[in-house]
Parts: sequence; structure tokens; C-alpha cells
Amino acid sequence: MSASALPALPASDATRHLPFWLGAFGVAAAVFLALKLIGNEYGYYAGYFILQYVVLASAWNILGGYAGYVNFGAAGFMAAGAYTAIVVRKAFGLDLIPGILCAAAFAGLLGLGTGYLTLRLKGVYFSIATLCLAVVLQTLVVNWDYVGGSRGAYIIRPMTMPGFSSYGEYIFTVMLVLAVIAVGVGRTVEHSRLGRGLQAIRDNERAAEAVGVPTLRLKLIATTLCGALMGVAGAPLPYYSGYLNPEAAFSLSYAVNAIAMPLIGGAGTWLGPVIGAVLLGSLQQAATVTISSALNLWIVGWILVIFVAIAPRGILGWFGKR
Amino acid sequence: MSVLLKAEQVGKRFGGFVALQEVDLELRAGERLGLIGPNGSGKSTFVNCISGDFAQHDGKVTLAGQPIDGLKPHMRARRGLARTFQLPQPFNSLSVLENVRVPLLFAGAAGESTRRAMECLEQVELAGKSQKLPRELTQVEQRRLELARAISLRPQLLIADEAMAGLSNAEVDQIIALLLRLNEAGTAVIMIEHIMRAVTAFAERLIVFVAGRKIADGLPREVLALQEVEDAYLGKQ
Amino acid sequence: MEFDLNLLLNGIVSGLLLGGLYAAAAAGLAVSFGMLDIVNIAHPALMVAAAFLVVVVGTALGLDPLLTALLLAPVFYLVGTGIYTVYNYFFERRGDEALQGLAFFFGVMFIIEVGLVMAFGPEQRFLDPDWGFVTWRIGEIDLPLRMLVPALFALAAIGLLYLFLHKTFTGLAIAAVAQDAEALRLMAIDPVKIKRLAFGISVALACIAGGALIVVQPVEPSSGQIFIGRVFAICIMGGMASLSGAIMAAFLFGVVENVTATFAGPSWAPAVAFGWLLLVLTFRPQGLFGRAA
Repeated sequence: MSASALPALPASDATRHLPFWLGAFGVAAAVFLALKLIGNEYGYYAGYFILQYVVLASAWNILGGYAGYVNFGAAGFMAAGAYTAIVVRKAFGLDLIPGILCAAAFAGLLGLGTGYLTLRLKGVYFSIATLCLAVVLQTLVVNWDYVGGSRGAYIIRPMTMPGFSSYGEYIFTVMLVLAVIAVGVGRTVEHSRLGRGLQAIRDNERAAEAVGVPTLRLKLIATTLCGALMGVAGAPLPYYSGYLNPEAAFSLSYAVNAIAMPLIGGAGTWLGPVIGAVLLGSLQQAATVTISSALNLWIVGWILVIFVAIAPRGILGWFGKR
Repeated sequence: MSVLLKAEQVGKRFGGFVALQEVDLELRAGERLGLIGPNGSGKSTFVNCISGDFAQHDGKVTLAGQPIDGLKPHMRARRGLARTFQLPQPFNSLSVLENVRVPLLFAGAAGESTRRAMECLEQVELAGKSQKLPRELTQVEQRRLELARAISLRPQLLIADEAMAGLSNAEVDQIIALLLRLNEAGTAVIMIEHIMRAVTAFAERLIVFVAGRKIADGLPREVLALQEVEDAYLGKQ
Repeated sequence: MEFDLNLLLNGIVSGLLLGGLYAAAAAGLAVSFGMLDIVNIAHPALMVAAAFLVVVVGTALGLDPLLTALLLAPVFYLVGTGIYTVYNYFFERRGDEALQGLAFFFGVMFIIEVGLVMAFGPEQRFLDPDWGFVTWRIGEIDLPLRMLVPALFALAAIGLLYLFLHKTFTGLAIAAVAQDAEALRLMAIDPVKIKRLAFGISVALACIAGGALIVVQPVEPSSGQIFIGRVFAICIMGGMASLSGAIMAAFLFGVVENVTATFAGPSWAPAVAFGWLLLVLTFRPQGLFGRAA
């Protein structure tokens, strides 16, 4: 086999990043303008709801889709972000943006800690630990009067925001930017050597370790990123509604959707979680007006089970992507 | 030639079961070593102690003069140790080329990873299938892929753990030729095999394990003529 | 703080009794997770579902809750075999246990919990047996029958399971399938059938545990979530596949949790569960008792 017979090398060494970012901001701008034209406050709230899930699903996918480690505690990490935002507001008077950064740091630490304690064992132990973490965090919050305990906490939000026609529009825009960032992070990871390493770990951790991939370190990076992004998804929540209680923050809806959306959209690529979030999120938003929220969630549970059994690669998998 | 690998009194037990006991072994740079023994004699256990898959064991292992005990497998890979597995362990969702690129990405050679990976694939004659998925390869091709991945970091020592199991005669010859070529380029090889003609064709030195102990160490012709070795295989113990 | 020995003593005793209940909850997991390597995180949810069914059926038929649980156990056995059949067909055969299998059981858990909310509402339910208000006294120690009888009931069930696993052919086959499915095949025993049987038994045990649970405390649809940490912690502490290990770990766990609750307040219970689990995973993942994980 001579050198001249080599097939064309794939462009994997030189991924094009610029077209993605331009495209992503373009789509975001289009969405923003469309909602502004519609001018209905409800549009911003529905949009916020869906974008929140884009962030959550993208975060989950970094650990679940790329590395193959399942995080069951999305509700816990989200709530950790939400309550961090509340705490820094009450204690230091810091507003939304600093709150988001603090939430990312704290939730990231939680992810790192959980990973550090469990990732040297089989993957299922990490998953079980994330489930328990959510319950424990909820217990802590319920017992902590500073954040209102089970009664909940209030955040006084300004009526207007300079540069925006309403506070709702402002918070929607913040979440829009966060969504673009989250998807971008996912895509950057996917095309980086971190992503390749995580895929190798998912495919065959022992072989990856044997060929020089620092498996523990990569897994810890992934759990930290995943935790941080999930915390970021939760940070604006108290500002969104002005009030937050543990039941809402730790809602089962987050736990199940964080898993269902990437798996249904197609885990393992950055686009899958977006598709899953937009699709399932819209369906659930539309359904809340007609059916009870419990039934709504119940259906999501069934969809998850059925999809995972019949179409394990999700929607994107049907279209032939690996 | 300098000593590349030194195992001193290496032992391993699982609960009450002693899989390996007091094994002393020296391997020189560029040497071709054959390791044989009945099933369950501790060959794979020994290999796993060297590779770091078993983190804890008795005794001491040194690679190129540096102790490697307690180091994780990926650190040992960076120090020049490579291994293949009894059953091929490819990265199934990555292409053949990507499989070989992964180790290079983490060895600080990301920029030239594609070029070097293709070179390795050429050495094992898989360059034409670089875009295929591992499951599209035949068994012998999968083993060649495994070897390509193992040599991508230009290891000083390659442990080939039953790399020829389940292959036809022609395929066995293929792999032997490949391993000889790799050895000519400077890589020491420990070949663990049950296929006797492969071992005799390849090894300059032969070591025999029985029931967790090393019972013979010398020229293949002489070792195979020993009564204890014959007894071990014919079960007269 | 004035150290009340009496309080401590009673805390330990109720902890032991609670441990009996936890042992029932964990025994099923010792079979499915410990022996069959199936991460059935829906196990506590099934237990809670059983508890609710015991309330409904027991109230309707005017039966004792523990008796009702016994009667419902075969139903849950069938449910268990059904779940395993689906799991095996879609996931185990494909080798997809890791990601998709976990997601599957999470989905099952979710469906059960939300289903219970839809059917029964989020409030607590309970069912008091006739003897539920009697308390025996031995010296300074209180032994409420409400806790003693379910604990004994649970231990009896586990004892039966133990005999089954060690004395019957099928039981030994279950232990064998965990070690070497291929050898079973060579003996013309279908490993899938054995696993299905075993999984069915584990879910039947969840039903027994549910019946015990409803006597001990009121139950709500989300009660399962706290139990996930508890049962997995106990199962792992007990050394995974060991029934006796699970029992001892359950007693230890019950005591620690209850004593903590007595002196520090009951709302900290889940934290104890998680804390134990983390400690065990960090320092001794092969468990405190029994064989290696």
C-alpha cells in the first residue's frame, strides 16, 4: 500500500468553528426578533422554558452522551444553581449575572466532588450517587431557613430593565445567550481531544487507559462541566418567577427531561440535545394547557422508556449519524 | 543490551487464591520473549501486573530503570509500555483511523496525529480501511488494528496477549511477520501464546508459567525439551 | 446536652427494628443488583407502589396489611418477570445495559412514581393493622408491635429466601448464573429463565417490604426516592450478593440513622443515607460484610 494510494484525510484536524458560532448567533437573533415582533409576554416565558432545557440537555449530554456516564441528579444540580443565586443575592446583593457565575462554580464543584468520590468505581455507582445527591440537597434546602426552607424564597425583581421592553424579555435573552454558550461548549468538547477521549472511554474504558488516555482526569472534567452547566441552567430560575420553593426547584420534570431530551434527540452529538429539548419542550408547553402536569410528565416517562428501547440512538440516529 | 523490564518477586492473590507467586523476570531492550503455560497459570495475571490493570501486587516492577508500581496504565503507556488484549478491544464508535489517533492526541502529538496514525495503519496494512468502523473488519484485521493502536506511541515494550487466538494458519503467519517487523524497528515484544509454532518461530527466549510460578527460562528449544514443561502441558502434575 | 441513656437505648432498639424493614427493602436488591448485576433503581418505587396497593386492597377486603402484602406478592412476582423480559429483550441482549439500561429503569421508576401521584394524589397514605397500637415493654425498652411485627415478618421472608437460594436446585442455579451463565447453558438450563425467576422474586420481595413499610410509617408517592440511597447503601455495604451481609448492614444502618434522628432531628435521615453511601464507596467499596463487590 503506497503513500499515493492513501484516501483523502478527513478534515478532523481543522474543525470549522466560525460557521457554527455565526450560525448559532444568527438563529438566536432570529428567535429574539421573532418573539419581539409577536410582542406577547407569554412567548418569552415559553421560550425561557424551552431554552432552559436546551442548556440542561446539552449539559447532560457532555457526560452521558460522550462519556457514557448517566447523571440522574439534574434536578439537584439545577436547584443548586438556583439556590446559589438566591444565597448570593441575599448575602451579597449580587444580581443575575454574578449569580450565574457563582452557580456555575458551586454546581461545578458538586459535580467534581461526586465524580471524585465515585468515578474510580463502576459507572453505576456514579449514577446512584447523583440520585442520592439530589435527595440530600433537597433535604438540606428544606431545613435551611435562610433560603426559606419549604416555604420558599422571594426575589424582588425590577419591573423593567434598561434596553429591554420588559424584564421578561431580559431574562429570556439571558437564557438565550446561555443556551448558545451551552450548545457551543458541547460542540467544542465534541470536536476536541477531550471529546475523543470521552468517546474512547465510553466505548472501552480499559483500552483507553491502556493507550495513554488519562481516563479519570477526563471523566472528572466532564462531571465538572456537566454540573456547572446544569447549575447555570438553574441560576436564573428564581429571577424568572420572582419566587422559588424546593418543590419547584427540585422538580422531577428536570430530572426526567434532562435524560429524555438528549436520548430522544440523539445523544453523542451536540445537535441531539437541542432537537430533543425543542421538540419535547414544545410538546410539554403545548400540553400543559390541555392536560394535568402529572399526566404530562407521565407521558414523558413513557416516551423515554419507549425511545430508549426501540430507538436507542434517538432521532438523529434514525438519520444515519453515528 | 540494557535491561528494559525487570520484575522482582511479583505476586498476586485474590482473596485466598494465589494467582502468581515470586516471579522474577528480566527483559532486555529489543528482546523477543515468549511466555507460555497452561490456562490459569498466571500469564495474564502477570501481564496485568506489568500493565497496571492490577494496581496492587507483591514485588517490584521496573521499566527502563524507573519503578512503575502504583502508576496507572495510562502513565505506563506514556513511559513506553503498550499491550494488546486477548479479545480485541477497539473503540467501536470511532473509525479505524480515529482509533489509532486517540493515543496520539494524548501524547502531545495532536498536530501530526493523522499522519502518524496513517503510518501505523500502513505498517499493519490497514491504511485502505481507515474510514471503516471496527465492526466492519475481519477478526484478523481487528487484531491488526489493535496492534496499530498499540504501536502508535512507538513503545519500547509491546505485550501481545494471545494476539493470534482464533486465527487461521495464514493469518497467524501474517501476525508473526508483523510482530517481527515491529521488533526490527526496536520494540521489545513479550508474546503470550498457546500456538506453539508461533512461539518457536518468533521468540528468542521462552518463559514457562505453571500454577502461578515461573518454572523455566531459556532458549525455546531447550525449554520445550524440559520434562517439567512437558508434564505441565500433559497434566502429569 | 444531658445524655439520656434511656433515649439512646430506645433509639438503638427502634433502629434495629427499622433495620429489619430496611433489610426487607434491600434483600430484593441483593438479588437483582448483587447477583444479577441489574441496576434496578426502580426497586424502591415498586416497594412504594406495593405499599399503596396494600392500602387499597387491604382496606377494600378488610385484611391485615402484612397478609395483603403476602397475597399481592405473586402479582408482583409476575410484574417482575415482565419487567425483566422487556429489559432482557431490549437491553441485555444488545449489550446496552450501561447507558440505555439505566435510563430504562429510571423511566420505569419515574412512570411508577408519577403514576402513583396521578392515581392517589401526593398525600400520605397509611393502613393500621388491629395490633398496631400495642406496645410491649421489656424493662426500660419499648417494643411497639407496629415496628416489631413487620421486622419479624421481613426477616422471615428473607429467611425463606435464604433457604431457597441455598437448598433448592433453582436457588443454586440463581447463584450460579451470577458466576457463569455459560456453564448453566451447558447444563441445559436457560440463564434467561433463571434470571427472570430471580428478578421476579426480587420484585416480590419489594412487595413484602412495601407491606411492612405501610405498617411502620405513612407512605407517599415520593417516599421511594429516599429509599434509593438507603437500599443501595445497604446492599453495597453488605457486600452486594450476600443476604446475611445485607441484613447486618441494614441493622447497622437502621441504628445509625435512628440514633441520629433521635438526637439531631428526623429531617436529616436522607443525609445519613447518602453520607454512609459515600463513605462506603470511598473507603470500602467491597462492603463491610460479605464478599467483594
